[in-house]
Amino acid sequence: MTLLYSEVEEELRSAVRDLLADRCPPAAVLAAVVTGPGMGAAVPAGSVTGAAAAPGPGPALADGAGTGAVIADGAAGSGTVGGLWPALARDIGAAGLLVPEQLGGAGATAREAAVVLEELGRAVAPVPFLTSSVLATRALLGAGTDAARELLAALAAGETVAALAVPFGTSPYAPEAAWAGRVTVAGGRLHGRVPAVAGAATAEVLLVPAGGALYAVQAADAEVEPAVSLDLTRPVAAVVLSGAPGRSVGPNLRPVRAALELGAGLLASEQLGLAEWCLATTVAYVKERRQFARPVGSFQALKHRLADLWLAVAQARAAARNAADALARAAMPETDPPPAAPAEPVSAGVTPAEPPDAVPPGAVPVTVVPVGTASAGGASVQAARAGAGAGAEVAIAVAVAQAWCGEVAVTVAEECLQLHGGIGMTWEHPLHLYLKRAKADQIALGTPGDHRAALARLADVPGPPAG
Amino acid sequence: MAVVEGAGRTVDEAAVRARARDFLAAHDEAAGPPLDFLRARFDAGLAWVHFPEGLGGLGAPRELQAAVDEEFAGTPQTDTGRLAIGLGMAAPTILAFGTPAQRQRFLRPLWTGEEVWCQLFSEPGAGSDLATLATRAVRDGDEWGVDGQKVWTSGAHFARWGILVARTDPDVPKHRGLTYFVCDMRAPGVEVRPLRQITGEAEFNEVFLTGVRLPDDLRIGEVGDGWRVAQATLMSERVAIGGTPIRRGGGMLGAVLAAWRERPELRTHDLHQRLLRLWVEAEVTRLAGVRLRQQLAAGAPGPEGSGMKIAFARLNQELSGLDVELRRDEGLAYDDWTFRRSESVDFFGRGPGYRYLRAKGNSIEGGTSEVLRNIIAERVLGLPAEPRADKDVPWKDLPR
Ligand SMILES: Cc1cc2nc3c(=O)[nH]c(=O)nc-3n(C[C@H](O)[C@H](O)[C@H](O)COP(=O)(O)OP(=O)(O)OC[C@H]3O[C@@H](n4cnc5c(N)ncnc54)[C@H](O)[C@@H]3O)c2cc1C
Repeated sequence: MTLLYSEVEEELRSAVRDLLADRCPPAAVLAAVVTGPGMGAAVPAGSVTGAAAAPGPGPALADGAGTGAVIADGAAGSGTVGGLWPALARDIGAAGLLVPEQLGGAGATAREAAVVLEELGRAVAPVPFLTSSVLATRALLGAGTDAARELLAALAAGETVAALAVPFGTSPYAPEAAWAGRVTVAGGRLHGRVPAVAGAATAEVLLVPAGGALYAVQAADAEVEPAVSLDLTRPVAAVVLSGAPGRSVGPNLRPVRAALELGAGLLASEQLGLAEWCLATTVAYVKERRQFARPVGSFQALKHRLADLWLAVAQARAAARNAADALARAAMPETDPPPAAPAEPVSAGVTPAEPPDAVPPGAVPVTVVPVGTASAGGASVQAARAGAGAGAEVAIAVAVAQAWCGEVAVTVAEECLQLHGGIGMTWEHPLHLYLKRAKADQIALGTPGDHRAALARLADVPGPPAG
Repeated sequence: MAVVEGAGRTVDEAAVRARARDFLAAHDEAAGPPLDFLRARFDAGLAWVHFPEGLGGLGAPRELQAAVDEEFAGTPQTDTGRLAIGLGMAAPTILAFGTPAQRQRFLRPLWTGEEVWCQLFSEPGAGSDLATLATRAVRDGDEWGVDGQKVWTSGAHFARWGILVARTDPDVPKHRGLTYFVCDMRAPGVEVRPLRQITGEAEFNEVFLTGVRLPDDLRIGEVGDGWRVAQATLMSERVAIGGTPIRRGGGMLGAVLAAWRERPELRTHDLHQRLLRLWVEAEVTRLAGVRLRQQLAAGAPGPEGSGMKIAFARLNQELSGLDVELRRDEGLAYDDWTFRRSESVDFFGRGPGYRYLRAKGNSIEGGTSEVLRNIIAERVLGLPAEPRADKDVPWKDLPR
């Protein structure tokens, strides 16, 4: 196991970083998001922008934002930065990173995907890498159908963007809640509504769990309702299906569970990138900003806070690397095998027609098998992957990374704001994009509390006896 | 496993394991006294593989030590707690700054445990601000005469040697007038008195140095270069304290978890939430330590080690505090207040009350957590230093 970066990973990083520096500076991201949904039509008359009074190297203004001009274009803009995704997806090949070579991908591992996510986090880039190239891609890998392979080839080529139609807050430990009862399927037509789907607004294909299987729906056949979102750079949308035709791409939802675990593990690297940018930006600012005739960064009260943040980020880097490494070492199967442990008990209420993956809301969540403990009536995706031992190692690495990095990204972004003073509260300064992303990421794919609760089982730290 | 990244030379794990097995095949540890076995192990370069050949090592990457230690499991071992200062501080300093004769003289008995070391740095007037220390060393021909008082000297009561920093020039600013010595703890004029600690026992002492004569060949590094040498010692100390490899769920966490698992009746929801947070923090700290050691595999410890020491101290304190609280009525008891002169920190042989109290020292010994935060802020993050009045003033003119 190495928690360092290989030469190949560093090369990939610099390619992504160069592209982002060129195409995706903070001003471009700000400009992109002001055309998004919920932005209103105009800057109210008489609004004051603080940038004129900004001390030190002021942040670049979003085009037109300081002039009181009408800045929204009226259309529900997608909040994308022009040309960025094609360059990242095709020229750098990020879209096909996790797709095997025989399907036209790079056949790389979670370690490389993690490096891309660090850079995307650092730039808070509005691209569908996590939602399409990680989550949707992994939900198709291991499905074992021709339809899935066909879609994977299109995703790898950067021709199509997909999104996994589950709420972004879905916990990998209780995914049933995400799909049970939301969407029904009859005669190849889908009906239902899935709220808070990340990446849906820019996706051409939606991967919808329904009736215990996975369906591909053309976004054009569904209604995608962009929500006014906390996270401006990765907004969520509701997916509404009113008889949309769905093509079955996976006979069960095991790959979807695996996708949620992979996504959670890799999200830690995005959170690391967010935190690194916030820390570096704050350190640079407090060195420049002078009050009381000295740089504010020379005050020990701030130095100690920044030292603590540095330590938390160093720990986050180790945790995120460890998760990526563990996920990379867990082989990606052709077909996700059924759980190794006994199948979940059939709870009352599951109709015989429904495959065992579909558990009704309110059913006992899947229990994760603790290390070295025989499973008592619960099976986990982790255990399913590579036998309980190795699977639990991956699950622990993922849960640790999410439990830690999810909190650290928020803390560093919050401290970044505080240590910038008034300028930190302005729309013009890009740090709010990081705070909003970090706060949304804390909820995405399980909260830190969900991941700690999983660790209670995985690491044998049981709670008080019931009763 | 392949060759470790960053290795200066190609010595891989298979090679060191093979060497260890050959050694074990040729040496029956039960045949003679343990000391003979340890000396032979040192001479075979299997003591600390990252040290140079001829000095107990193979010039191999530090990372390979774990493999060697695994091979030597079940053979005679030294008490690394008792030898901590020698192994963690004196040895790397002697290796980096000692003369060839000093390395030959000191390293072998240091590693085999024949000679224990202590650290004569802190003084009543010089703790965090170590460079302000007042113990004087005055040259007299081939000897130095040393006078002063040291304090908090762990293990001075059983140490054969001490690493000592003394002032050799009071007329220059404080960092420049220091010189680093090895102090012969048996020399006339060295007086060691126990200082009782909050745990009841005395690990540390005050040491009075009165007219102590030290030959010049006990000087480490150049005259006036003591601060630089001491910095190397302190960096190594922080890595030694904070960077010790532990397994997942081990260390102080392991002690709490054992009680937690055995005693379901003590568990509460509040403690459970706090314990899970600490479990995660312990694990990310362990991983950060693994990563740091991978970075250091070939290099010297940098200021990053300071971060590990802060984290380690915090975790030990939080976990041991939770352990006492968890036990409720039993937490009201203490195992033993006897004033004894102990030889090492006994975290796991003693009770939770002892662990709680002893862990308080973790954020003070080896540089306080506040001072370590200053180091990270200034040397890692490059933040400006506090304005200070003592930099360019001759030491003798500083206000006291
Ligand atoms: C268990 C134990 C074992 C020890 N063993 C040894 C040993 O073997 N050999 C040896 O030489 N020493 C030893 N020490 C001493 C230890 O290194 C010192 O106690 C330590 O360096 C702090 O110095 P001080 O006690 O004088 O505290 P002070 O330096 O007086 O500090 C008092 C308080 O002020 C804070 N402070 C000081 N300067 C700053 C600053 N610039 N910014 C912010 N806060 C500051 C400190 O963090 C602390 O909270 C040991 C200490 C302990 C507790």
